[in-house]
Amino acid sequence: MLSQPELRYTRYLDPSGLPIAPLPAWAADHQLLIKLYRQMQLTRLFDLKVVALQRTGRIGTYAPNLGQEAIGVAIGSLMRPTDVLVPYYRDTAVQLMRGVRMEEILLYWGGDERGSAYSNPAVAEDFPICVPIATQALHACGVASAFKIRGQQRVVVTTCGDGATSKGDFLEALNLAGTWQLPMVFVVNNNQWAISVPRRLQCGAPTLAQKAIGAGFPGEQVDGNDVLAVYERLQVALERARHGKGPVLLECLSYRLGDHTTADDATRYRPADEVKQAWQEEPIKRLQAYLAAQGQWDEQREQALIADSQARVQQAVAAYEALEPQPALAALDYVYAQWPAALSDQRELLLERAARRAQAENPGATAASGGARHE
Amino acid sequence: MNEQSAVPSKLTLLEAVNLALHRAMFEDPNVLLLGEDVGVNGGVFRASQGLRERFGFKRVLDTPLAEAMIAGVAIGMAAQGLKPVMEIQFLGFIYAAMEQLVSHASRLRNRTRGRLSCPLVVRSPMGAGIRAPEHHSESTEALFAHIPGLRVVIPSSPARAYGLLLAAIDDPDPVIFLEPTRLYRMNPQVLLDDGKRLPLDSCFTLREGHDITLISWGASVHETLQAASELALQGVSVEVIDVACIKPLDLDTLEASVRKTGRAVIVHEAPRSCGVGAEIAASLYERLWVDLQAPILRVTAPDIPPPLYRLEQLYIPAVADILAACNNSLNYR
Repeated sequence: MLSQPELRYTRYLDPSGLPIAPLPAWAADHQLLIKLYRQMQLTRLFDLKVVALQRTGRIGTYAPNLGQEAIGVAIGSLMRPTDVLVPYYRDTAVQLMRGVRMEEILLYWGGDERGSAYSNPAVAEDFPICVPIATQALHACGVASAFKIRGQQRVVVTTCGDGATSKGDFLEALNLAGTWQLPMVFVVNNNQWAISVPRRLQCGAPTLAQKAIGAGFPGEQVDGNDVLAVYERLQVALERARHGKGPVLLECLSYRLGDHTTADDATRYRPADEVKQAWQEEPIKRLQAYLAAQGQWDEQREQALIADSQARVQQAVAAYEALEPQPALAALDYVYAQWPAALSDQRELLLERAARRAQAENPGATAASGGARHE
Repeated sequence: MNEQSAVPSKLTLLEAVNLALHRAMFEDPNVLLLGEDVGVNGGVFRASQGLRERFGFKRVLDTPLAEAMIAGVAIGMAAQGLKPVMEIQFLGFIYAAMEQLVSHASRLRNRTRGRLSCPLVVRSPMGAGIRAPEHHSESTEALFAHIPGLRVVIPSSPARAYGLLLAAIDDPDPVIFLEPTRLYRMNPQVLLDDGKRLPLDSCFTLREGHDITLISWGASVHETLQAASELALQGVSVEVIDVACIKPLDLDTLEASVRKTGRAVIVHEAPRSCGVGAEIAASLYERLWVDLQAPILRVTAPDIPPPLYRLEQLYIPAVADILAACNNSLNYR
């Protein structure tokens, strides 16, 4: 019988915000902690707003980030602009920090490809969020290979959930990252639930982090609700990867406080007391309690932050809602670099179809164009 | 192999692929190769022979044995502006990579409104007829031709392999480049390493005629040309078109030919149902049914898995099968 690998688990703050271990030196920088806190709260307010927009039919299906804010905010704070993010679909927190605009996130979930076009040059090379589970981990390996081939000191961070670690693509990515010693960090957001399947039915190993051991590189666990723990261990992992020492897998233990998506109803499969308990451990309250105990945060600052964040969110919603849909031909403009001449008849058919749709929506318009106006 | 020689030499299709890879990697430092056994071993068919020695291990990458990984990594590299040419050792092993090719390679440009793109080439040997083991004889080009955003190219001569592969590597979008193993070492041809690209959206008219049009691609072009020669001896004037670029399909050339001859027989090695032949026949009917002198006929593999090699010749359309279909078409009134 082989012994289980000894894995590091890191937590600094307990759920009530009390330090349970000596904090890393950088945590003495209260301005940094406040920055992390503000960003987590902004993410949550934005996220709650997106869910509300879905409930009122103003966007489509959305995957909420409730309870996952510490992970994304730590990633977003530590990645350099020249690094590349290869995210999954529950990554609003880190995308906002990378420089993706709120209105673009709304646009994507609001059914418009322009939401992945990212107008901010700072995120020009980041991948769009990835829906087919774990497939993005391999793209991350490809980006990291490009960095390594070119001798660039850049790092790729790729994220996924606990369910993704069961997929071949994830394991193939770990295997290659270990073999080629790629400059990358795998962040697994183990939020305990893959839609309705709990962590214990996902994998027989005691941790997901140990999958890295089989691929020949370190894996470790952190408390994903403790932003200090995520930040500290991610910083170490990024440094290591940046200096040619190969990949790291960071398993962040968190809890999906929301539904899988707005189309899901988690009360069908999750006990209410488990969710209630998870709320006691959530990341924002924890850091807020610590900051308050340090005399760095109070109700007045909290109210100002909420007002400021909500104004930013509202502005983004207005920008999103003001945007006209793409014209019909946009549906084929980007399928190939240039629409092939051999398929030109399909372009014409699409235009005819768009004209028929327009006519059906507004029959008067065509009648008017063919004859006298009656207004 | 005279890779840089100005003296014309006769090359096989396999050597032409190798020559094009040498040329592409020499011309553009962003071009790189990855796949199973492509480096030190030079590929199981030796298509990438000499490349590792010439361009180094950073540009000719022997990967672990995982097809989805090869495709996914190539996508990441391509998004970074590299031009990966990935090899899937046999087409029958590509299915593990399908999700990456269908859900990502074909769509990356579209989903990001052109912010990211995926200029990769998938090279894979295809087809039956070399007495290979199980799963080494597939012709599944239709699976890829069905996917928006992909291009599908199948050369049938050394010259077309050379010119089309160079064009595929240049192309800013993902190209599935399928190499018929049966033709790999057949019919060497004089080939200049002049770097000339062939168009990726045109058919090639291999023989002009006015009585009947034979439409084929891949290994079946070989038997189709033989059938045309036999018919010529009987006084039938045959036009032979190598489709070569399966997606997008150059229907204008096909239409013009069949409008002239009034008769068409489509020959492909892939199974019949939902094969590319069905797409061609349907499109030709849409465009010129009143000009047809006979129904468009297809000579294909039956809807069965490629048999193990004792029966594989039954699977592959033979000259006699093509002649039988041509006679049916020519006798129709």
